[in-house]
Amino acid sequence: MSLTNKLFHYDDLQAQFWRTDFPLLKSRVHDKPLIYLDNAATTQKPLAVIEAERNYYLYTNANVHRGIHSLSLQATEAYEHARTTAQHLLNAASSSEIIFVRGTTEAINLVAQSYGRSRLHSGDEIILSQMEHHSNIVPWQMLCQQTGATLRIIPVNDDGELRMEVFAGLLNEHTRLVAVTHVSNSLGTINPVAEIVAQAHRHGVPVLLDGAQAVAHLPVDVQALDCDFYAFSGHKLYGPTGIGVLYGKAALLEAMPPYQGGGDMIRSVSFAETTFNSLPYRFEAGTPNIAGAIGLGVAIDYLNNFDWEELLAHEQSLLTYAMQAMSDIPGLRIIGNAREKICILSFVLEGMHPHDVGTILDGEGVAIRTGHHCNMPLMERFGVPATARASFALYNSRHDVDVLVSAIQHAQEVFKQ
Amino acid sequence: MSELRELYQETILDHYRRPRNAGRLADANRVAEGYNPLCGDRIKLFLKVDDGVIRDARFEGNGCAIATASASLMTESIKGKRADEALRLLEQVHHMVAGGGSGGGVGKLQVLSGVHEFPQRVKCATLAWHTMKAALENVAVPVTTE
Ligand SMILES: Cc1ncc(COP(=O)(O)O)c(C=O)c1O
Repeated sequence: MSLTNKLFHYDDLQAQFWRTDFPLLKSRVHDKPLIYLDNAATTQKPLAVIEAERNYYLYTNANVHRGIHSLSLQATEAYEHARTTAQHLLNAASSSEIIFVRGTTEAINLVAQSYGRSRLHSGDEIILSQMEHHSNIVPWQMLCQQTGATLRIIPVNDDGELRMEVFAGLLNEHTRLVAVTHVSNSLGTINPVAEIVAQAHRHGVPVLLDGAQAVAHLPVDVQALDCDFYAFSGHKLYGPTGIGVLYGKAALLEAMPPYQGGGDMIRSVSFAETTFNSLPYRFEAGTPNIAGAIGLGVAIDYLNNFDWEELLAHEQSLLTYAMQAMSDIPGLRIIGNAREKICILSFVLEGMHPHDVGTILDGEGVAIRTGHHCNMPLMERFGVPATARASFALYNSRHDVDVLVSAIQHAQEVFKQ
Repeated sequence: MSELRELYQETILDHYRRPRNAGRLADANRVAEGYNPLCGDRIKLFLKVDDGVIRDARFEGNGCAIATASASLMTESIKGKRADEALRLLEQVHHMVAGGGSGGGVGKLQVLSGVHEFPQRVKCATLAWHTMKAALENVAVPVTTE
């Protein structure tokens, strides 16, 4: 690597600059500067998001949709504004198709228990993939136990890509739903989701996409994709924890029974009968995470300040740089070599357990994730109990890769002694 | 970081690379499984216990250096001990790695004391020991560290 390479990457300088928006990234760990490479677990938050939550409690706190007083009106407006912001992020046709939930996990459970439970029967089939996060497996297994439906699994090839030819054969007259991840959290693979939706729709089968790992790294257009449900978590998109979005096509959501019962989701209640509220409120029982939704709106605004082309170029060049630097390390095997991937690198080191790697890297200030990443079936597919995973975000730079690489070399030395 | 050198001592790495008493025990009369869901460490422990004395011990499994070395060292040190002595050793080891106790009386198991500086790794170090307790008590379901 030449000196010019290292110093004069425009996007790298940009990233160093963007980094200053994130106060936590100034921290030190074990007296070393923090190199945060666990972004697939959760991203750090820009100051704007932190301030938005704080300001909400300082100046706007009131319950939404309930009070006639001014504060309640302001809180309601801010909350609904966040919904419109999320609508634009996904390019949904209407803000009533945006349901605020706790996160991806709750979004998928909602679809499983409301849509799935009201429609699926014994003998029906749900198609998932081998690379799903547990949160896109377990809710469907629970649904299968309740209804007698069964799961069919799209396998993954050695590079970590879905075997689309097998998928085509899995679709049949029993298929009731396809639920796959847009981007894999341990492999980084970007799945051909438009193609998956098109094929499923040819069989009249709706598709849920798990967008947890996608929204911060790729532009998403649910109308262009034509997916039926799309789920994501705010905290992986530079937003707060405890807030996420379920997008659903209005026609499907309209026909779905409520998920939870309570306040806000009703129009009128008597002991004889309750009539339910319209979309999206029908699926938002109880006082929602108002501050979280507002924070999420601000996180999306923050992301909107960027030019997607510039962001994609930065993260892709970071990926190329990191893949090269990592493959140069003897004894290191990268798991996940898809042609289309985001900047997530899962790896194993010969003669070292990922858990030990994680501890030694932490000592160098480098935060990575080690373990099964809630992907136990996928780990089995690749014959490893766990991997180490470095996952990048817009504020990471080549410098972070360089520190990661020398920390890995240090770990190898510790184990060589 | 000197704590790291303390954690990954030569003896630990040696037992990780060449675990003693690895494999199954054909005539085992006590078997238990342990699982650490956080990192996926798994261990299956085989004991042969006669007249309340652990005559033989072997293990198989897949884990990090700390979990593997701890299991290997444990099998060495419990062989020939009475069950109650082995359980007392468990208490001492636990006290040493989790509570920062001196480790007096644990003999060469003292090499595990470095774990104390790494609270996230205590479960790795104690997995084999909890599994031994389950085996001695004939617990049929796998023990987990959660
Ligand atoms: C692909 C994928 N799906 C779902 C989830 C679950 O998200 P959450 O825990 O925010 O509900 C995650 C988060 O780890 C993920 O990576």
